[in-house]
Amino acid sequence: MTAKPKLALYWAASCGGCEIAVLAIDEKILDVANAFDIVLWPVAIDAKVRDVERMPDKSIDVCLFNGSIRNSEQEYMAQLLRRKSEILVAFGSCAQEGCIPGLANMYSRDEIFQYVYRDSPSVDNPQGVLPVPEYQAPEGTLHLPVFYDTVKTLDQTVDVDYYVPGCPPEAENIWTIVQAVVAGLGGAPLPPPGTVLGKETTVCDECARTRTEKKIKAFKRTWEIMPDAETCLLEQGLVCCGIATRAGCGALCPKVNSPCIGCHGPNVDVDDFGARMITALASVIDANTPQEIDRIIQEGIPDPIGTFYRFSLPHSLLRRRSLTGDGNGHRVAATKAAETA
Amino acid sequence: MSEEPFEPKIVGFLCNWCSYRAADLAGTSRIKYAPNIRTLRVMCSGRVDPTFVLKALAQGADGVMIAGCHPGECHYLEQNYKTMRRFGMLKHTLRALGIEEERVRLQWASAAEGVQLAAAINEMVEQIRRLGPLHWSGNWSEDGERLEAIEKLAEEHAQAMEVPA
Repeated sequence: MTAKPKLALYWAASCGGCEIAVLAIDEKILDVANAFDIVLWPVAIDAKVRDVERMPDKSIDVCLFNGSIRNSEQEYMAQLLRRKSEILVAFGSCAQEGCIPGLANMYSRDEIFQYVYRDSPSVDNPQGVLPVPEYQAPEGTLHLPVFYDTVKTLDQTVDVDYYVPGCPPEAENIWTIVQAVVAGLGGAPLPPPGTVLGKETTVCDECARTRTEKKIKAFKRTWEIMPDAETCLLEQGLVCCGIATRAGCGALCPKVNSPCIGCHGPNVDVDDFGARMITALASVIDANTPQEIDRIIQEGIPDPIGTFYRFSLPHSLLRRRSLTGDGNGHRVAATKAAETA
Repeated sequence: MSEEPFEPKIVGFLCNWCSYRAADLAGTSRIKYAPNIRTLRVMCSGRVDPTFVLKALAQGADGVMIAGCHPGECHYLEQNYKTMRRFGMLKHTLRALGIEEERVRLQWASAAEGVQLAAAINEMVEQIRRLGPLHWSGNWSEDGERLEAIEKLAEEHAQAMEVPA
């Protein structure tokens, strides 16, 4: 019996939706199990990290890695799986562009800890205990992963061969990719490394709504209007991200009167999702004085980062909100200051 | 850090028809302005994609100036109005990311306004000098704690394995 190709699936900072998406290919998952020897998949099988560590380098044929990198344990796993895998795929929006966990880049580690472990109304922590990477317990030293200030994408951590877009990726796309990989292992040509395995057009292309000339006097939020079912949502004042977003979903949200929020990631050649949104949206504002323009923007877009970078803050050119200090672990700045003092 | 005094690096996107000529006029008229600005000629201020500004800031610029024809005087009729709108939305976004107001500036300068453009550049350089370096990539630079944690983890795993790594 010839050995089956090896497949690993892993999750880092993610919600688990990508795992569900893999199972959403339904009974075809049995074909996947037939075609591959699954060596690691924490959500479904009982393989251990130790087993992977023992494997020779490059012995995993394909690894689908979902989730962004926000602590040292995840970074370790990313490095390990990179070393052990022939093909490493950034699977889903978190691994590709940071996604929702990446919005934490609006805060520092200290701010996050302060809220999550102390200030949040549902927290009961009278001693104000915060997680520390190392703790001396009577039984010995205990370790927790180091929590980073800045969430990173997979390709900001290790080299990535392919990207699968989407929060989460669609079942059909996953199945197409699995088939392509099986064919590739059989000798068929694979796309060049760095390819995003998806369509190369925007959601607007898949949207059936009628588009005419856009002129916007006011941006509306979804609860403010009941949009009609025929006209382009953007023309009705809703901030629809279809203009910058990669196609592939079949314009699901616009179909049900809800604007695109950009979950399928930036279209090809979009360096910065937010910048593309700003370019396109701002151009159609129907005002010619800075005061009027500012008013329309302030009133209509109260949260520019949540609107333009909901899925892509770590992957964007600026990656995060400014840290008042010297970078990841601004303690470095404090130490420096102490040294010079 | 070195002891050299901080000299702001500013990237200037100047439109071909007005502002770049204003800079030329400043030069031929022997009007001095701070050498901290690196000018790039673009056909129109409307050509300045916000991506350019973000890229400049991310890659080490301390400030960015976009300069174009006065509203109503655009060579391409009304593209500078688009610049004005994009600039408004870009600033709104940059504010949310904690970038100071003075670091990104929109300046109207006609081909006759060499003096005004030079004054605007000088003013911007002084403002940014007071703010200090932006050093944006420092916001995600790595620190030792992280590397140490990963090494420890690898070590711990190696020790726990029956077969050494």
